[in-house]
Amino acid sequence: MQFPLRVVSVERSLFEGDVEFIVANGADGELGVLARHAPLMTVLKPGPLKIRITEGNEQILFVGGGFLEVLPDRVTVLADVAEHADEISVERAEEARRRAQEKLAGTIERAEEARRRAQEKLAGTITAAEEIEFQNALAIAEARLRLARTRRT
Amino acid sequence: MPAYRDIVRRIDSIKNTQKITKAMQVVAATRLRRAQAAVQATRPYAEKMLEVLQTAGERATEYRHPFLMRREGKRAVMILVTTDKGLTGALNVNNIRVATRYMREHYPDKEEYVTLGRKGRDFLLRFRRNVIADSSGLPDRPSIATILSAVAVALEEYTRGDVDAVLLCYAKWISTLRQEPVVRTLIPAEIPEREKDAGPRADYIYEPDPESVLDALLPRYVETQVYQAVLENKASEYSAKMIAMQNATKAAGDFIDALTLFANKVRQAGITTELMEIVGGAEAMRAAG
Repeated sequence: MQFPLRVVSVERSLFEGDVEFIVANGADGELGVLARHAPLMTVLKPGPLKIRITEGNEQILFVGGGFLEVLPDRVTVLADVAEHADEISVERAEEARRRAQEKLAGTIERAEEARRRAQEKLAGTITAAEEIEFQNALAIAEARLRLARTRRT
Repeated sequence: MPAYRDIVRRIDSIKNTQKITKAMQVVAATRLRRAQAAVQATRPYAEKMLEVLQTAGERATEYRHPFLMRREGKRAVMILVTTDKGLTGALNVNNIRVATRYMREHYPDKEEYVTLGRKGRDFLLRFRRNVIADSSGLPDRPSIATILSAVAVALEEYTRGDVDAVLLCYAKWISTLRQEPVVRTLIPAEIPEREKDAGPRADYIYEPDPESVLDALLPRYVETQVYQAVLENKASEYSAKMIAMQNATKAAGDFIDALTLFANKVRQAGITTELMEIVGGAEAMRAAG
């Protein structure tokens, strides 16, 4: 029994079609959706979104957080940053994690330097938000890395 | 009267400029098409998000998220979208003028700016406006991540209670010939009412609950609006640039025509003078002989 699924991010549409079963990383843990699931709205945490189109035909998307909406006749995923798992290589994920960590480490130094320049240039005010952003980036990169590793083994 | 050679040199130089403006016009036309496709690509997400917001909002009637609360004060932060590069006609000037005027009229107590685009940033800094964050030098198809930190600063300013509203100004794309600066209020957020004939609303199970779904949705909603504005501003930028370069190419053509006419006159005048001299010389010789 299949149901229509749509996965969209702000930048593009990632998946559209009929599927049998999906597994998402919900706010309260993993959650599977089959056809005729009760209507549901949940927040998603960063992690893989497994899509089974038919028996033996599976796809994995990476979702960096978002929302999952289950309606009686269709399912929609609003993904924050989503990409196909095949597009993620271990090297790239590793690289992204390293970059995120470097940025995080450099934030304190740069914050101090930025504060000095704050009057004329505006970088000083961004640092707090930047730190949050980098922490998010780090969390996402690590989740990706885990995913990339599991796929390799 | 200038020398004939100098005028010809001038014409050649204008021809070179014309080649450049023509090339820029073609490039802008191509990029315009790409920018429009990028705007289109955000639609499904934005529409779905609005739908979910509306249904979640109906469910959580008791709950008032701070982003939905109207505050009385007259302090605001304006997110100003402009281009990074010039040669776009009056596009940026219009955006800046509309944004600063709106702020002065409606939020005179405190004006703060977050800029997305070098032109707006440089202008506001030169006039000593209070720019609190900036994210400029965006690529043609920026990912949403590139604007998030700037938007986060604006939201934080509101959450801390330092401002009473968050506004957005960008150039709305109407047609290739028309782009209009518009000001939108992001916070307090206005969620348009659901249409009556939209069918029965979905009765969800909310996990964990409607309030936390709303909490997570509202900042995304604001970010999405800013992201769409950035993309639409790109489309406006390339439209304006295309028209500006088309005008420049035409003006160069007119200039070349006028100068060519002038060059011919100068050359003819030279020939006439030379003839007069020869005839004059011959007459003088005959008179003497």
